[in-house]
Amino acid sequence: MSAKISFHAVSRRFAHQGASFLALDRLSVDVADGEFVTLVGPSGCGKSTALAIAAGLIAPTAGEMIVDGRNVRGPGPERGVIFQQYALFPWLTVRQNVEFGLRIAGRRAAERRATAQRFIDLVGLSDFADSLPKVLSGGMKQRCAIARAYAVDPTILLMDEPFGALDALTRVQMQDQLLDTWIRERRTVMFVTHDVDEAVYLANRVIVMAARPGRLAEIIPVNLPYPRSEAIRLSGAFAEIRNRVWRAVYHQPARPPDGAVQANEKEMR
Amino acid sequence: MSESAEAAATQATSRRWAGRRQLLLNVVAVCGGIALWGAAVSFSRVGLPSPAQVLARAIELIRSGQLLVDLVASLSRVLAGFALGVTLAIPVGFLMGWYPTARGLIEPFVQFFRMIPPLAVIPLAIVTMGIGETPKVFVIFLAVFLSSVIATFQGVISVDKTLINAARVLGAKDGTIFRRVIIPASTPFILVGMRIGLGSAWATVVAAELIAAQSGLGFRMQQAELYYDLATIFVSLITIGILGLAMDRLLLALETRLTHWQERM
Repeated sequence: MSAKISFHAVSRRFAHQGASFLALDRLSVDVADGEFVTLVGPSGCGKSTALAIAAGLIAPTAGEMIVDGRNVRGPGPERGVIFQQYALFPWLTVRQNVEFGLRIAGRRAAERRATAQRFIDLVGLSDFADSLPKVLSGGMKQRCAIARAYAVDPTILLMDEPFGALDALTRVQMQDQLLDTWIRERRTVMFVTHDVDEAVYLANRVIVMAARPGRLAEIIPVNLPYPRSEAIRLSGAFAEIRNRVWRAVYHQPARPPDGAVQANEKEMR
Repeated sequence: MSESAEAAATQATSRRWAGRRQLLLNVVAVCGGIALWGAAVSFSRVGLPSPAQVLARAIELIRSGQLLVDLVASLSRVLAGFALGVTLAIPVGFLMGWYPTARGLIEPFVQFFRMIPPLAVIPLAIVTMGIGETPKVFVIFLAVFLSSVIATFQGVISVDKTLINAARVLGAKDGTIFRRVIIPASTPFILVGMRIGLGSAWATVVAAELIAAQSGLGFRMQQAELYYDLATIFVSLITIGILGLAMDRLLLALETRLTHWQERM
């Protein structure tokens, strides 16, 4: 079976004030249907760029971005995106936010309402369905954004450091809730984070990336069963994988595999 | 989760009390100001009218209907110019914010004319448009248009890009993004522009009437000046202030209603 999401030597160069730099250098990764992969790496490793390319929000400057066997040309409702800054429409209530995509898809009011209610319940925001985002906490806002992404029934969820702005405690709760939702409503997930623990706890596979230029460093499988729990988080097996990912992130080879970077650094200056 | 609701309720209550306290202070300040004015007049030889004299003249002008005629004349000029200015400024501002080409073509004119005080256009307007209502409404229109168009344009270009991306990934195309994201997101800016526009409309109408008019609050002051009728000047000034304040409060209420979703500090 072919992969759900395929990066084929995807590169992205950004031009900035006359200079240009390579944000992503020939990334090749396949993600299987129903898989949960996390992308982790130091800042500047191109993990968010890779996600934005998969979302169709930015185009690759070289290589092919393939989803469901087709070249990506812009965003599509089959790929839900969750942003770090929540990106809720502040003038709409939780319910209206969740219904936004359904309205665009031209669903009827009754159907919209039923679908929205289902996902609002799923993320535990039933009591706040008619509240505006301004009264919600950070964690609640992100749960609303997750419900909004789920409501249009995407087959893929692309999450860009969704819990990055939350405190450590809320973060752990959100991770458990996300996995809980994912087990009940299975989707293919690509999840960007800079938190090694988070990357290991959530994923089937951890994709470790290196910086300057952003590129693939190592892919580390996480052979831990779902559902995951505190017991797993505190287990020796978890610690072992975590240590491996940690070393891959923090002790990256000083020099990239080829001469691409020297040229790049010259350009940055 | 009910904690945040409770906190919000407590906050609302304390805000209400703070609001009442402020209102009381406002009333005290106004009464104090009037008393000070009375005291200053009775102790000095400047020859300013006292509050009582001004009140008497106001009643006289209301009874004769003179004040109402002037007020309607000024107000209708302001409203006509304001309505025209806002109606044109909003679409033009959106156009400038949405299409870089439109921005390139329109911006030099807007930026240039913004630097010319609308009052400076009055002589030109009178020469080319005569002494009827047209030049006055035109000048007010210009003042309102220039302040509102900049605000609308600023509103459109400062819409959070993440919100636009969020709409795009949910399947929205340009038209939908414009209707459902750009317009609501820039509403607070537009309303601020309208309030600024209204302020400059008032400033402009009075000045225009001082220069060339046969009616209006500005004209009445100019007439009163000839007869050294300070009480009438005071009545006109106070009327202008009260009307401007009332209209500003009306727009503020509209703003609060339309943008209550904003997170305020």
